[in-house]
Amino acid sequence: MKLPVVEKILNANDQIAADNRATFDAAKIFVANVMASPGAGKTSMILATLERLPQGVRPGVIEGDLASRIDADKIAARGVPVVQINTGGGCHLDAVMIRNAAGQLPLPDIDLLWIENVGNLVCPAEFALGENLDVVVASAPEGHDKPYKYPGMFAAADVVLLNKSDLLQVFEFDVDYFRRGVEMVNPHAPLLLLSCRTGAGMEEWLAWLLKRHGDFQKTCAILTNGASSRGLITVA
Amino acid sequence: MHELPITQAILQTALAASERNGGRRITSIQLVIGELSSIVDDSVQFYFDQLSQGTLAEQAVLEFRLEPSTAFCFDCSSSFPVRAPLPAQCPHCGGTRLRVQGGREFYIESIEVQDETAGS
Repeated sequence: MKLPVVEKILNANDQIAADNRATFDAAKIFVANVMASPGAGKTSMILATLERLPQGVRPGVIEGDLASRIDADKIAARGVPVVQINTGGGCHLDAVMIRNAAGQLPLPDIDLLWIENVGNLVCPAEFALGENLDVVVASAPEGHDKPYKYPGMFAAADVVLLNKSDLLQVFEFDVDYFRRGVEMVNPHAPLLLLSCRTGAGMEEWLAWLLKRHGDFQKTCAILTNGASSRGLITVA
Repeated sequence: MHELPITQAILQTALAASERNGGRRITSIQLVIGELSSIVDDSVQFYFDQLSQGTLAEQAVLEFRLEPSTAFCFDCSSSFPVRAPLPAQCPHCGGTRLRVQGGREFYIESIEVQDETAGS
């Protein structure tokens, strides 16, 4: 006898992610989930962004890694609250890990929470964490074919950052080809070129990010009990 | 190593569905997976066989139905099935303005359970 189920396989994770979102909304924390392959510059992008945040936007960071706390130490050296999650071989963060990590952060002192996911272009896209923004970082040395090979990741992005833009020529990176690959699966996500090393493009990225953060703050001000900020913020 | 948590989620969802319906033995599970949800493959059955031991879903067979992903060409208005790696050009006109839709499904459609009259 066949019983209909029709339930998303990651439904349990999605439920906890929604709980996380409610926790963050209550504390008025805007959450960005940063995904990329290893070495694309997730930590560098977060550090470069932290440096440029205006005074009124207080950051916090959750660092996901297979092992080690190298990245967390870099963040902590800036005096920013940080929690390291070691997945012990797990290739992505999930909502339970974020719930546990959030409990170790001083949430009332945070306005903008970065979650640095495990370096991987496949499964992090499938696991909701309770974020407002999915940021995918690509980089020149990886090559311009990544959106074609990992469409699921680029389809999940709210914004795509193409890092190491100072090296585009060295790696004969075809930005138009890359852009078409992103637009094919995701016509809404803007593609921003930047170099964390030189600072090129950082101003535009900061402006975009702070606009979204501002929209979130406005949304929080009008949220009624039980409503979630995720989905209420329109995609530019 | 994402197969393990995903397989656990499949098992828990199927067990919960069976228990809501009298807790009958599960013989198969029908899964719908989009062509672009590249996170599931044959190894899931292997994990499932290990995890399901001693549960109502022991020896259940996972049946995957792949949902295709379709690309639309803005130049010649044709549609054609795609999977990763995605093509950069339309196979019909060579156009490069493409839009991909679908293929991200990832859910349990149904479970097959033993009839009440059948022995366990």
